[in-house]
Amino acid sequence: MEEKKSKLSIVTNGLIKENPALRLVLGTCPTLAVTTSALNGLGMGLSATFVLICSGIVISALRKVIPGTVRLPSYITIIAGFVTVLMMLMQAFLPSLNDALGVYLPLIVVNCIILGRAEMFASKNNVLDSALDGLGMGLGFTLTLVIMGVVREVLGSGTLFGLDLHIPLEPMTLFITPTGGFLVFGVLMAAVIWIEEKTNNRKERNIGCEGCPSAELCQDKTCEKAPAEATNGKEGA
Amino acid sequence: MEKHTSYLRVSACPHIHTSDSTTRIMLNVIIALMPALVASVLLYGVRSLIVVATTVAACVLFEYLWCRFRHFNNTVGDCSAIVTGLLLAYNLPSTIPLYMAVVGAFVSIIVVKELFGGIGRNFANPAIVGRIVLAVSFSSAMTNFTYPTPLIACDAITSATPLASGGAGIPLLDLFLGTHGGVLGETCALALLLGLVWLLVTHTIEITIPLVYVGTVAVLSAVFGQNVLGEVLSGGLLLGAIFMATDYTTSPFTRKGKIIFALGCGVITCLIRFWGNMNEGVSYSILLMNLFVPFINEHTRNVPMGGGKAKK
Repeated sequence: MEEKKSKLSIVTNGLIKENPALRLVLGTCPTLAVTTSALNGLGMGLSATFVLICSGIVISALRKVIPGTVRLPSYITIIAGFVTVLMMLMQAFLPSLNDALGVYLPLIVVNCIILGRAEMFASKNNVLDSALDGLGMGLGFTLTLVIMGVVREVLGSGTLFGLDLHIPLEPMTLFITPTGGFLVFGVLMAAVIWIEEKTNNRKERNIGCEGCPSAELCQDKTCEKAPAEATNGKEGA
Repeated sequence: MEKHTSYLRVSACPHIHTSDSTTRIMLNVIIALMPALVASVLLYGVRSLIVVATTVAACVLFEYLWCRFRHFNNTVGDCSAIVTGLLLAYNLPSTIPLYMAVVGAFVSIIVVKELFGGIGRNFANPAIVGRIVLAVSFSSAMTNFTYPTPLIACDAITSATPLASGGAGIPLLDLFLGTHGGVLGETCALALLLGLVWLLVTHTIEITIPLVYVGTVAVLSAVFGQNVLGEVLSGGLLLGAIFMATDYTTSPFTRKGKIIFALGCGVITCLIRFWGNMNEGVSYSILLMNLFVPFINEHTRNVPMGGGKAKK
């Protein structure tokens, strides 16, 4: 570990600075697929948050037990366990949301955010920090999905959380198609970078291995420059 | 430009100067588009003039505001926004609600043109993307074609776009004069051809792209047993081939590249028209080929004289 980071900064890290969908560009598939309405976005975000926190805790607790060579299958197994729990809960208590999210709910297992945070954070931080990181990342993901869902639902169907807004103009169907998803996604990405610049939080992000958040973890060492200094000084060895 | 009184100017090549400028080229295109404007007013009434005015004003306004707020040199003066506005309006039916036209102008100017770096850097023809976004978003309003009101003597009241019926059932003369339903600028082939003549006379465009594009469609129509003249004259083919596919930024540099580009446009148009689930494929084909232009340019580069085979 480098210097001790405050617990709060671990949580807020995921909101803007390392927002999983918009800055780390992880988990873009559910981001684009389920945000046709704000409610779906919220449901997806909270589901992923639940899995993130739980799997973060367990993986962090087992980080000294799991051998490095089989860590990915182990992580996947743990994550899949929690997703199964989540699916059963959803089927029992929120069947309509379960239907709306469809295949993207079981696909949380292979969501890059969860595996990425397991690899980047939970595997080398203590249990509490991992839980907080899961919470922050999950909230950042949820926030992104809700904003995208709101924009796409209002513009694409003229409703918000299923309520008719009575906009006298015809809704733009484009926004509930994947094309609209990509458009909104791109604009939001630009907006986050703009916010970073306005608040002078702009981090120099290198291209290639130096800029890769997983550079230190590269196992195959194909990168000449690895292990480069991690961009945000976050992943201390 | 700083002021200095130097009579001997030493500069890098090119040393040949002509009076060609972006403004001049754009003015030529605007002039070439005028016959189609007159035709659309005659065919669809004053409402078409309102649509054109709306899109042109909106395009110019968006461009002005963008340059103003991004502190760029204002590029309104080069008239390219007016061309985009005109072309966008020509792709809309005269019944379109005006706010939709403004949305289309926003997509064309801000999303397609300015976000990618302004004039000369747009990845696709702005008016084409504006039209496609509107067509995807407001499909019913975009196909609500009115039939020619009798501003001129015509008795042709036809069903929707002639492509829906495979170009059949409408006399060729009506197709040529444009007295049938459709978007503003596409129906009157006569006016579009007049525009083509002007563009060729002023050397604004080369004949390559329109000729190969329309030729490909004609040949494929004949091969697959469609009504050749009907396919060529109906839909947005002429408008697209003459004014949209020939956009400097989004068409290849070399003649060889232009031929490949136009061939691709023609083939895709026919594929969509004959076997796709849409009636019209001109805008999609031009958009798709626009995306291929950097690739085509890369592979059709002119070899310098004596250069031999270009090294990899």
